[in-house]
Amino acid sequence: MLHVDDLRVHYRTLRGDVRALDGVSFSVADREIMGLVGESGSGKTTLGKSLIRLDGRMRHVGGTVTLDGTELPIGDDGRMNAFRFNDVSIVPQYAMSAMNPTRRIGTMIRELVTSRGIRFDTVRSELDRRLDLVGLDREVLDRYPIELSGGMKQRMVMVISTLLNPKLLVADEVTSALDVSTQRAVALALAGFRDRDLVHAMIVITHDVSLVYQIADTILVMYAGKLAEKAPTDVIVERPLHPYTRALIAALPEVGVQYAGKRLTGIPGGPPSLRPPPPGCRFRDRCPVAFDRCAEQPPFVEVEPGHSVACWRAS
Amino acid sequence: MLRLDGVSKTYKVGALARKDLHAVRDVSFELRPGEVVSLIGESGSGKSTIGRMILRLTRATSGTITFDGTDIATLRRGSLKEYYRAAQGVFQDPFSTFNPVFKADRVLTMIRQVYFPGTGDVEWRGRVDDALSAVSLNPDQVLDKYPHQLSGGQLQRLLIARALLLDIRLLVADEVISMLDASTRIDVLNLLADLKERGLAVLFITHDLSLGNYLADRTVILRRGSVVECGATSAVFGDPVHPYTRTLLASVPRLGIRWSDEDLDPGPCRYHAVHPGGGPPLAEVGDDHLVACFAGNDERECV
Repeated sequence: MLHVDDLRVHYRTLRGDVRALDGVSFSVADREIMGLVGESGSGKTTLGKSLIRLDGRMRHVGGTVTLDGTELPIGDDGRMNAFRFNDVSIVPQYAMSAMNPTRRIGTMIRELVTSRGIRFDTVRSELDRRLDLVGLDREVLDRYPIELSGGMKQRMVMVISTLLNPKLLVADEVTSALDVSTQRAVALALAGFRDRDLVHAMIVITHDVSLVYQIADTILVMYAGKLAEKAPTDVIVERPLHPYTRALIAALPEVGVQYAGKRLTGIPGGPPSLRPPPPGCRFRDRCPVAFDRCAEQPPFVEVEPGHSVACWRAS
Repeated sequence: MLRLDGVSKTYKVGALARKDLHAVRDVSFELRPGEVVSLIGESGSGKSTIGRMILRLTRATSGTITFDGTDIATLRRGSLKEYYRAAQGVFQDPFSTFNPVFKADRVLTMIRQVYFPGTGDVEWRGRVDDALSAVSLNPDQVLDKYPHQLSGGQLQRLLIARALLLDIRLLVADEVISMLDASTRIDVLNLLADLKERGLAVLFITHDLSLGNYLADRTVILRRGSVVECGATSAVFGDPVHPYTRTLLASVPRLGIRWSDEDLDPGPCRYHAVHPGGGPPLAEVGDDHLVACFAGNDERECV
């Protein structure tokens, strides 16, 4: 079980702090796959990275992250090391370049687990089992990363990231660089890790709502560093409450929809600058139903069991 | 208007260029005025190579590409310049298309220098305003700005406006919206639909089936350089025949429909039902609906 409470992470720049995560609170239950959806600049990748490793430009300003009752020291790079890979693991956005190109994959994994104080022999049989699970030949361990296709590399990184059965797995845009047929195989392999109880909770970060619709139990929508809406997958897709979620789903072209029959509309304007963010609701300028009260930031509140939303119109 | 006849492209690869890579094999299709054709394929299918050959950025190894009856391979200096007055391309990454050192509207000024040196300032300004309003850009927001001050959607629309300054009749749009956010990409798609209504022919190259479907009158599905299925969009998407097209469609994540393990068995080869002893690369299986032999998919063998 993951609890995130009022998490604030800022980026330091010469022109002031960018408030990429501005008070984010949510939880992910055991065996839950949570889809995290947002456009570029919404803070979704920042949220994913905050749970495992803040890079040099990121600053933990406030808030806590609790995993199975233990608070993660996310602001302390050194202390976080004990949790990484063992308890919290990530499949990064560019898994294509995540592996050491100068080592055979098997050798690289041996070095990796040894560095964590684990003997390679003890995980070897499990590694073979995991390769079978994602449909990779065991011989890939004797190959160099460059010899694998994009989809194979992505699945290989998934196997490595989950080898120690982490409590939380963060998968960041793992399928966006892949072809549709490979995308399906990788997404289903990801869901397979949860189904076999190899990871407790999973956060799947993507810009593609229809992809997380296929595998996620719940969907969390982010906008400009704030949470907009969280609900079970079917609720988000069938009866969203936040105007942003509605507009986002309405803007998706689908197979079978043609402009002559049903002309879709985008969302006018763009997200606000977060340096610093404007007061009030951040979607206000683009929102079709904004009114006076939106000058005040709406709280992220539960409107029905499992369905939370940050909009004055909804609550 | 634009016609591809048996176009192939072979690259020399490997040590000392001893191996042949067939990027495009024997591709034929046609593009008429006011028509949008979607060219859909996964990575390595040769879809971008076809777009580049149409724009004469690469030469075809064999086959001919004709524009208004003229083989574009024969175009030289002056006539090639006239071809580019009628046919333009827009590509995937708007950020790398612009030189970050110069202001973004330099791409418009360059068109004036090359194609309209005699046009007066007032008339030119009017043309720029027309082109910008056609792509729903506000001149005050985009002119006199550097590329980093504009969003991806604005830059992409600026590039389309640049093409519109010429009297283009053909636009090759290669993955123009894959880098854009969901909330803005639909605006660029609608813009292409409006241009089509004005009589522009658009070759819409994409890997995303749902985006290709939204605009296109006709669809061409490519696999490893060859056309596997083509025809009216309603036929190709509504009644996919080739096993590859069916697999692709079943893999597209859709809202409201979950992936299922439905049986995709396409039955016996429909190509050989039409041409039992072989023949042209594609067989007609319906009104404006052509399909290639099923062989080569899932190790299927065809007689």
